[in-house]
Amino acid sequence: MKRALPILIIVLTAVLIAMATIQPNELTPATSPDGAVRALFDHVKARDYKGAFAYVANSGDTEEQAFAADLAGRDGSLRTYSSLEQADTKVLHASDNEALVRATLQYATAVGAFYDTRDLKVVREGDRWKVEWPVVQEANVPPQVIQENYLRWDVITRGSNDDWGAQNVEAPRVRIISMNAIAQGANTIIVGEIENEDTVPGFVSVGATLIGKNGDVLGEETSFDKISHTLLPKEISPFRIDFPKTPLATVKSVRMTPNSMLVPASADPVIGVVHQRVETDSRGRHVLKGELINESGVTVNIPHVLATYYDGAGKVIWVSDGYVDNALLPQAPVPFAVDLRDDPASNVHNYRVTVNEYMLQQDE
Amino acid sequence: MTKGSIEVKVKFGGMMAIALLLMCCFAIATHAAEINVPATVPAGSGLTIPSSGSGSATLYVAGPGTAIKRTVQLGREIRLGADELQNAGRYVVSLDGNTATFFVTAGPVQSIAFLARPSRVPADTPNVITGTAFVFDKYQNLVLQPQPVKFELTANGQTTSRTETTKNGVAFAKLDSSKKQGPAQFVASSGPASVRRVVQEVASDPCSIRMTAVRDKNGILARTDPIHDCAGNPVSDGTIVTFTSTDAKGKSTVDARIRQGIAEAELPASNDATISVASGVVVGNEIQWRGGQ
Repeated sequence: MKRALPILIIVLTAVLIAMATIQPNELTPATSPDGAVRALFDHVKARDYKGAFAYVANSGDTEEQAFAADLAGRDGSLRTYSSLEQADTKVLHASDNEALVRATLQYATAVGAFYDTRDLKVVREGDRWKVEWPVVQEANVPPQVIQENYLRWDVITRGSNDDWGAQNVEAPRVRIISMNAIAQGANTIIVGEIENEDTVPGFVSVGATLIGKNGDVLGEETSFDKISHTLLPKEISPFRIDFPKTPLATVKSVRMTPNSMLVPASADPVIGVVHQRVETDSRGRHVLKGELINESGVTVNIPHVLATYYDGAGKVIWVSDGYVDNALLPQAPVPFAVDLRDDPASNVHNYRVTVNEYMLQQDE
Repeated sequence: MTKGSIEVKVKFGGMMAIALLLMCCFAIATHAAEINVPATVPAGSGLTIPSSGSGSATLYVAGPGTAIKRTVQLGREIRLGADELQNAGRYVVSLDGNTATFFVTAGPVQSIAFLARPSRVPADTPNVITGTAFVFDKYQNLVLQPQPVKFELTANGQTTSRTETTKNGVAFAKLDSSKKQGPAQFVASSGPASVRRVVQEVASDPCSIRMTAVRDKNGILARTDPIHDCAGNPVSDGTIVTFTSTDAKGKSTVDARIRQGIAEAELPASNDATISVASGVVVGNEIQWRGGQ
């Protein structure tokens, strides 16, 4: 009897170790359409793309490598700096053999939460459901030489050995060419545009201070990333400054502070924004859609789209932005979409899209 | 006359004598230790102070950035070296309880601190370049005596010059920028001193923009003619020119950069599009692209 307990403990330990070590060859089959989608994204969350690929139906059409690249990102894009946080599923319609499931995905990225919605077709294969993963046509850029007239500004600033009268090169002249304060519920939003009027590039930012009815300061904010910070000569950037929990009715005046700094900059890359149009998406929301084309020869890793909306009088009535989670390869179009709030949507008469680019260090 | 009154008179007479003696001694002593210094001394030239009397005394000299304490022999000349009187301003000399003051004045102009503003100006603009010159001697004393300062602006082989006289050590001039863009050499000179600054004269906004469009293998290639400002200067490379094409598929825009005077952009292929061009607030011509023409 004295030996039975140790033997029992040893056997139990061995069984537990075996259970932890030995993994089943097959993953748990999905018995429902949304179960298949959820199981797929559970594996994506764990960065187990091989496991996720087991839930893909059209394995013949989709390569596992392309599937993993679609979900994990490539070319230093924003997706490569993100992880899937949450995947909500909703069955849009279903029959005995196939179903359409909407997956609302939330990624945690280096620039905040990133949302993606995918409508996925799910099919029954025997007793299990599998996802028909849409085949992603990877941009195929043929080998070529793209000639660049390398245009760049470098700055030589005043040195420590210069006499005190030696002038430094001055910061570029910038001007706020329009500004509009908007009430959005209990929030105040300042939107507008700033222009670099100089002949040199500048790093710009816009600050705003809300002054209350009694002359007191209600809040101070900056445009943060709702602006193109690097402006080339005569370039115009929209800006948006949000003041949460500050009703516009309490504001007497707004003090704007444009700041500029002379910085070295490159005129490349040039990004074209084609086929821009305002549409209504499957959820009934207004979105500004289009495609970005990198007309230069370098890869833009993280594009950031800024959209400015004007009313009939040419006044800026809204500014929205969005990051694109795909890198821009040379000459390859990449779709984008940014939200447009419903209330200004009816007044939008015109719009303008600009693109910020963030590139990883490249060997020159 | 009583004995008491006689004593009072003797005492009064004695006090008077002592007072007179003290006054004489004071007068003699004052005369003997008087410090003779000139009213002004040029900076860096040194100073000799004669002294009288005998024995040793302590000399104190206090001035801008200067404090000297030295034991000197009375009756000999006291020498302050050139390196001890370099800073212009008021100096106080104290010797054996007596004081005197003198001023050290700036020497001839040896250097200029020159402020040229701004560092970039649009070409062909009047009174836009400001030069301010501060004149100093070799010890960095501001030369307060009026001095002529010549301001000379040379751009594209053309020179504009103006001579101004300093007031309290400062002279300034406002000059026009030249018609052609380019780096302007801005020189301020006075005596042997000369300082050069560079003011970049740059083109202004485009005067007009004209573009053409041709069919390209990837779509429509829109290209401007050389873009100039209203003075004929080519607009700076890197300036943004926005091409816009609007057709049934939507609006397409390209923010192109001027390179070597022209800007070009590739717009998507279309059979029926309106193409426009603009830079800043200047709008160029519009092209109705019909059937690929």
